[in-house]
Amino acid sequence: MADPALLATYLPVLILLLIAGGMAVWMIGFSLVLAPHRPDPAKTSAYECGFPAFEGTRGRFDVRFYLVTLLFILFDLEIAFLFPWAVALRDIGAFGFWSMAVFLAVLTIGFAYEWARGALEWE
Amino acid sequence: MDAVVEFFAWLWAFWPLRVVVWTLVVTIGVLLAVAYLTYAERKVMSAMQRRQGPMTVGPFGLLQPVADGVKLFAKEMVIPAQADKTLFLLAPMGLFVLALAAWAAIPFDKGWVLANLNVGVLYVLAISSMAVYGVVIAGWASGSRYAFLGGLRSAAQMVSYEVSMGLIIVCVVLCTGSLNLTEIVEAPRPAWMQLLLFPMLVVFLISILAETNRAPFDLPEGESEITGGFMVEYGSMAFALFFLAEYANMILMSAMTTTLFLGGWLPPFGIGALAVVPGIFWFVAKTAAILFFFIWARASLPRFRYDQLMRLGWKVFLPFTLVWVVVTAGAVLAFGGGV
Repeated sequence: MADPALLATYLPVLILLLIAGGMAVWMIGFSLVLAPHRPDPAKTSAYECGFPAFEGTRGRFDVRFYLVTLLFILFDLEIAFLFPWAVALRDIGAFGFWSMAVFLAVLTIGFAYEWARGALEWE
Repeated sequence: MDAVVEFFAWLWAFWPLRVVVWTLVVTIGVLLAVAYLTYAERKVMSAMQRRQGPMTVGPFGLLQPVADGVKLFAKEMVIPAQADKTLFLLAPMGLFVLALAAWAAIPFDKGWVLANLNVGVLYVLAISSMAVYGVVIAGWASGSRYAFLGGLRSAAQMVSYEVSMGLIIVCVVLCTGSLNLTEIVEAPRPAWMQLLLFPMLVVFLISILAETNRAPFDLPEGESEITGGFMVEYGSMAFALFFLAEYANMILMSAMTTTLFLGGWLPPFGIGALAVVPGIFWFVAKTAAILFFFIWARASLPRFRYDQLMRLGWKVFLPFTLVWVVVTAGAVLAFGGGV
């Protein structure tokens, strides 16, 4: 299984997470305890320009936000594939280069299709 | 007396304890840097606008960040009635923790790194990507229309520029052949490599502005249209945590640029004689120079429109960096002694 020496290099990460989490909890907690707390219907209503909000807050929104996120997932996965390839490129040589070139070409065709269909238009 | 010294020597030899001490040093160092970055930002911006900036609290206004902190601490934390209370409070805490966590892998000087991860670049990239969750959760949990729209916008903006950032980092990894940040700093960089990486440095600088939601890409906050975006319902310490996270991320991204492109703690322009100055000084100086660029951009440039922002990210940076990955890979094979 995992090499203990390798796992040990991640111990500082864990300690940092604990310290940072502790600080965050401490700051929010002390503020909740120490600062005045006097809620009132006008104060706790959603921010608007002086009138009650017209409609629910978590309503419909533009579908393009979904499109952008979907595209992001595709490209982020691609980048995840590129990292090991980038490290090993000197060892795998021209064969590795052309294999990745084919992969990138396929992806670029998809991207060009998205572009042509107007998925990237925001007006 | 000797027994006490011996006791402390024994304690110091205990490895996890040293890690805890160094982690505290880094955490407090970053938070102090954040405090004085806000001061530096106000001073630099005021100088650019021929004003004086903070002057009253302490000599030259040097205690202003402390006063701001105390004020935020004493303010009432208003939790909106229709908010999801748990998530509403968890979002700023999560963002704050993430903004600090990424510092574990940054090498401040030769060997001065909390966790010398063999996949340091991936670690920093992964941690900084997770900031999107904090933003979306904050926007959703607030239960306000403005916050919701602001959260969506920020999320779309951050993921858009993350793609080009990832591809730029792939270019750097291609040149250095390692994912470890210390090895990336120390890898030899012949002239052709620097020439290839220079356009990537420019794109990276612009992308980190967008990634950290800074001007001219500060649409998520766009005061004039969505009145503060995902942070609109936040006040007091919860707002302070967002603020600390944003500035800690700015410093982190500057440190990443220094590490990836500007040679980290090594003396500038490869001048060996400058190596007498400790490396940490060069690291801090380079990072500060990029932070100055952040502030300079904020003082000079008007805000982008949303469609311009998305066009720049998807139609200019993404194709360009994608082509550049292939170009860099070809150059590495041609000059870099491939098999």
